[in-house]
Amino acid sequence: MSAQQFCTFFVDRQFFGVPVQQVQEVIRYQEMTRVPLVSRVIRGLINLRGQIVVAVDLRRRLNAPDRAEDELPMNVVVRTGDGAVSLLVDEIGDVLEVHDDTFERPPDTLQSASRDLVLGVHKLPNQLLLILDTDKAVNGSGHDVELGRVEG
Amino acid sequence: MADDVVVEFLVESNENLDLLDRELVQLEKDPSNRNTLASIFRTIHTIKGTCGFLGFTKLESVAHVGENLLSRLRDGELALSPEITTALLRMVDAIRQMLQSIEAIGSEGERDDAELIRILTRLHQGGGTASTESTASHASAPPAASNGHIVEPTEPEAKAPAMEAQKQNGSDPYGSRTEAVAPESSGEGAAAGSAERGSVSDASIRVDVGLLDKLMNLVGELVLARNQILQFTNSTEDSGLVATSQRLNLITTELQEGVMKTRMQPIGNIWSKFPRTVRDVAAACGKQIRIEMEGKETELDKTIIEAIKDPLTHIVRNSADHGIETPERRVAVGKPAEGRLTLRAYHEGGQVNIEISDDGAGLNGDKIRKKALEKGLITPEQAARLTEREAVNLIFLPGFSTAEKVTNVSGRGVGMDVVKTNIEKIGGTVDVQSKAGTGTTVRMKIPLTLAIIPALIVTSGGDRYAIPQISLLELVRIEGEAALKEIELIQGTPVYRLRGRLLPLVYLNRELKVELESAKADGNTVANIVVLQADDRQFGLVVDEINDTEEIVVKPLGKQLKGLKTFAGSTIMGDGRVALILDVLGLAQSSNVVSESRGRAHSEKETQTATGSGAKQTMLLFQCGTDGRMAMELRLVARLEEFKADVIEKAGDRKVVQYRGQIMPLISISEYLHVHHAEGNGAATEPMQVVVYSEQGRSVGLVVDRILDIVEEAIVPQKPSKQSGLLGSAVIQQKVTDLLDVRGLVRAANPAFFEDEEAVLQER
Repeated sequence: MSAQQFCTFFVDRQFFGVPVQQVQEVIRYQEMTRVPLVSRVIRGLINLRGQIVVAVDLRRRLNAPDRAEDELPMNVVVRTGDGAVSLLVDEIGDVLEVHDDTFERPPDTLQSASRDLVLGVHKLPNQLLLILDTDKAVNGSGHDVELGRVEG
Repeated sequence: MADDVVVEFLVESNENLDLLDRELVQLEKDPSNRNTLASIFRTIHTIKGTCGFLGFTKLESVAHVGENLLSRLRDGELALSPEITTALLRMVDAIRQMLQSIEAIGSEGERDDAELIRILTRLHQGGGTASTESTASHASAPPAASNGHIVEPTEPEAKAPAMEAQKQNGSDPYGSRTEAVAPESSGEGAAAGSAERGSVSDASIRVDVGLLDKLMNLVGELVLARNQILQFTNSTEDSGLVATSQRLNLITTELQEGVMKTRMQPIGNIWSKFPRTVRDVAAACGKQIRIEMEGKETELDKTIIEAIKDPLTHIVRNSADHGIETPERRVAVGKPAEGRLTLRAYHEGGQVNIEISDDGAGLNGDKIRKKALEKGLITPEQAARLTEREAVNLIFLPGFSTAEKVTNVSGRGVGMDVVKTNIEKIGGTVDVQSKAGTGTTVRMKIPLTLAIIPALIVTSGGDRYAIPQISLLELVRIEGEAALKEIELIQGTPVYRLRGRLLPLVYLNRELKVELESAKADGNTVANIVVLQADDRQFGLVVDEINDTEEIVVKPLGKQLKGLKTFAGSTIMGDGRVALILDVLGLAQSSNVVSESRGRAHSEKETQTATGSGAKQTMLLFQCGTDGRMAMELRLVARLEEFKADVIEKAGDRKVVQYRGQIMPLISISEYLHVHHAEGNGAATEPMQVVVYSEQGRSVGLVVDRILDIVEEAIVPQKPSKQSGLLGSAVIQQKVTDLLDVRGLVRAANPAFFEDEEAVLQER
């Protein structure tokens, strides 16, 4: 029976996990430079020790309401095929080791906009851990680009 | 290990083949040049020797017959004929193909070179009889090859070991390469050759390009760190830290220049292929074309050299194929039978200009108009409005091909639009000028490097943006009442009259849909206009604030942002924050300054006047004394500066200022020319207006009382002046204006300025 380690975090009170191998680092809030004319999901550009990294706000990606002004997001920097991308999340959780047998595909009744971002669910004793599809999360699909156009 | 040897062989041989192409064409012009022949022979011999050692038998057999032929040429038993040259060039091509195949699959591949070998053998044998006859008989009389009897000459073989021994002298593996490249003083001078070889190869090493790229990236990071440290030290009192950071600043700059130089290559590297290209085209079309090159040594970054290779080749082929007429046609219109193709490269203002001009038939504006109309690329109204120059530039439209019939030489689907796209991709521009009957000139402006560029930093909506300096023309600031009055609206579209021409304005914050800072929005009494060039059109970009110019390190945008035409990349500023780099062309397109299928836009006054009255000069107008209006050519102006009175120091009896790490002498024009100074105005209290003039790295500041304007006019000096320092007078903007003789003035007021130059002149 194989186990996998996940870096966990909270977005709008939902509990998410990303395989630790995909995570480059976790850092506190960084100042960002906004990018005009782009989808509102992209909050800006971060200088990560000389490397310029796009910051994707997972709240906006999941169509959740924005954080309050005084709540600063944390950065979960993940490696993707196209270099590092930072995911803006509310709060960082522990690194958890979970076994494959607790995994299940998301139920078909899950119809929210975020369904395509969830690979599946690990049933933990106290709560459910949603496994994020990082590639889909960083490459905004059609509907949120439209949203961005309306409000941006 | 064996792989290393093969790779080394491939690198070496490819370099040698490029050399061969050049030398063969050169030899054709000057068949008696024994040095060239000897060099060609050596190159082929080296290839033959090495591939025999490595077991590439097909390659060896081709090189072998070629070598035989060459040896007879070298020994004067055969005279060079076009047929022999063509055969030798074919051999070079065959060798090149085999090398490519070796590189790709490790062997020469399935090929049959029997015919080539037969031709080379025939020429080699035929020469035996023909050398005593006239050269012309080669082409017509098929020699005795049909009997299939191949004579193995013993003579070259006898010489080969000697050559081999000569090569072994050089202990380094690159000996043979440098030998081929270095021009030898005498064909036979083996001793002199080997001595020279030693010094050349000791002084240079081969470095992996990947390593240089990595170094370049690291230097980029260092530049950023340096910028950040300089920003910190601005707010510190610690003199030790300030001094150290100054030193860091200087070293970083030098290191950056040094590393950039390692990636620089002379443009001659790609030009060297063109004589062959042009020869082939000329031979195929029955034309006579001479190719001339100026500025071969002009250097560009390696990545840029690679990016412009194909576009340049395309233009050169085009010029040779479509531009230059057949000899009969040329003679008929009174031109020399031999056409001329000129390549020119030179540095100008931090970029490289490349011109490809021919003295051919030129482009026919009407024909191009008609063609564009037929293809539906423009509307009839647009066609009627186009100036000649704009019409000619229609050839850059996608889907346009001027050739009436498609030849196998050019017009193979790669149009001029691809050329333009490729040049623009690296931040360059391309433009064509042509006069029917007298020729065509394609002019490209290419940045020196892509990695670190000078840029203007502006602020809009509270964010900073970088504008590449290559697109920057000038800055205009309108203050107070004028800001509201001078920006006029044409049906809601803002324009500004810049020296009598309408400049369309684009508001950066509106374009980017970012809100103005509230304070600015209310008292909007200052307009900062950045005048930019996109394609052949100018427009003014209105920004909240103009900050400074800075060297920035260009970083590509992530995949998520690639779709944005407005941004060309991003960079990290001195304070560590990220700033976006504006893509001027993209911005111009999205704001409709330039329509997306270019060339369609409205006619512009500038192009009309440029073709119309011709020689116009851009002059800087300034005031000296109470009412002295003076002008000087703007191209002589390095910068305009303001100095406060307290930074002016004295060196001897001269006024000087510290300027960019130099001591810059100041020359007061009004004092020197004895014009009445505006008394009471108190020139000492307000900042001094200084026009900086630079030559050979030294600068001198010309103190004027007020900068008035910049005008573009055809200047006709009225009366030559007797006073030194003045060229004469002219009427500019309906007022009499003195024309300043800048060099004369500087020479008279500060003879030391031209000292070195005169010393050089005297030495000659």
